[in-house]
Amino acid sequence: MKNFIKFFLLFGLWLLMSGMLTPLLIIFGLSSVCGVMIIINRMDKADNYDLKIQLNLLQFVYYLSWLSLEIVKANLKVTKIILSKTLPRNQRFLKVKYSQNSDFFQVMFANSITLTPGTISTETEPEYFLIHALDYSPEDIESLKEMDLRITKLEKGV
Amino acid sequence: MQNLNFLFDIISWTLLLAGSFFIIIGSFGIYRFPEFWSRLQASSVIDSLGLYLILLGLGVQSGFTFVTVKLIIIGLFLFLTGPTSTHALANAAFISGLRPEEKLETN
Amino acid sequence: MFLVAIISLLIGMILVLVRLFFGPTVYDRVLAVNAFGTHTVLFIGVLGFLTGRPDFLDIALLYALINFVGTITILKFFKYRVIGDPQRDIEERSG
Repeated sequence: MKNFIKFFLLFGLWLLMSGMLTPLLIIFGLSSVCGVMIIINRMDKADNYDLKIQLNLLQFVYYLSWLSLEIVKANLKVTKIILSKTLPRNQRFLKVKYSQNSDFFQVMFANSITLTPGTISTETEPEYFLIHALDYSPEDIESLKEMDLRITKLEKGV
Repeated sequence: MQNLNFLFDIISWTLLLAGSFFIIIGSFGIYRFPEFWSRLQASSVIDSLGLYLILLGLGVQSGFTFVTVKLIIIGLFLFLTGPTSTHALANAAFISGLRPEEKLETN
Repeated sequence: MFLVAIISLLIGMILVLVRLFFGPTVYDRVLAVNAFGTHTVLFIGVLGFLTGRPDFLDIALLYALINFVGTITILKFFKYRVIGDPQRDIEERSG
């Protein structure tokens, strides 16, 4: 069953990317999809890690729109810093605790932090992320805590 | 119909112009900032906003075709890999002992 | 309007190239190469639209893939000094 889903996803990707329906190209597509399937199954055997994601799509879209608004705000802030005559230099490393349990949502949190300009996740420890902030202010920690809360909500599906 | 096309053109031009602006800002930041960590932050302006604004502008220009699907695939791919490579770079620099100057002075 | 985007991408590329030549540390240079790759992906895409051949997007996608793999490989080499499986290499050296 899983293999069927993989096959249709990969073949759909091929059709979308090529957009041509001549028999020769479809045969090429089928053979390359089979090759990729063999490689994927081999890799599955190698690391024995199955990812279970329970994600409420509607909430995820809501989170993404909130995140893009934050990204725009942070971008304007960093743009101001780049264009200012005297460079304000108040860089700092912050420790931010995370409250997610599964790997997937921890990765989502760290990626969201990196995607927002002005903060970059530098190191992951068992309890916290080490984050580099370009222009430190107490509001940064507040907004990071809010992001953490939102992703934990997303994980619990409340 | 003509008016609608004109409207789409205006939207996509605005998006392209805004994207170009942020790309120049980001590159200027990489050129101008004095040391590695702040340069890394400047490059995330390109990776987060400039890139997606330009891709969106191109998408509005092309309408509902296979071209838009390819643009979406490029966008998704960069959405997943951009933060990953930035994090890998930051982590490698951190482990090799590169720190901002301020931190060294205060400690 | 595509021309404006292309010109600004070229300006960005020149600024990043200056950083690539003068970057004091290795990491500055890797950062510059990564940013240059992002510029190139966008440049190829916009160039395709400018010349009326959006098929160029395939090349842009391929370039994005190569850019990511290249950056990760360089950083992995700096960190572990091998490109293959670090664990196996360490075992072979010690054993």
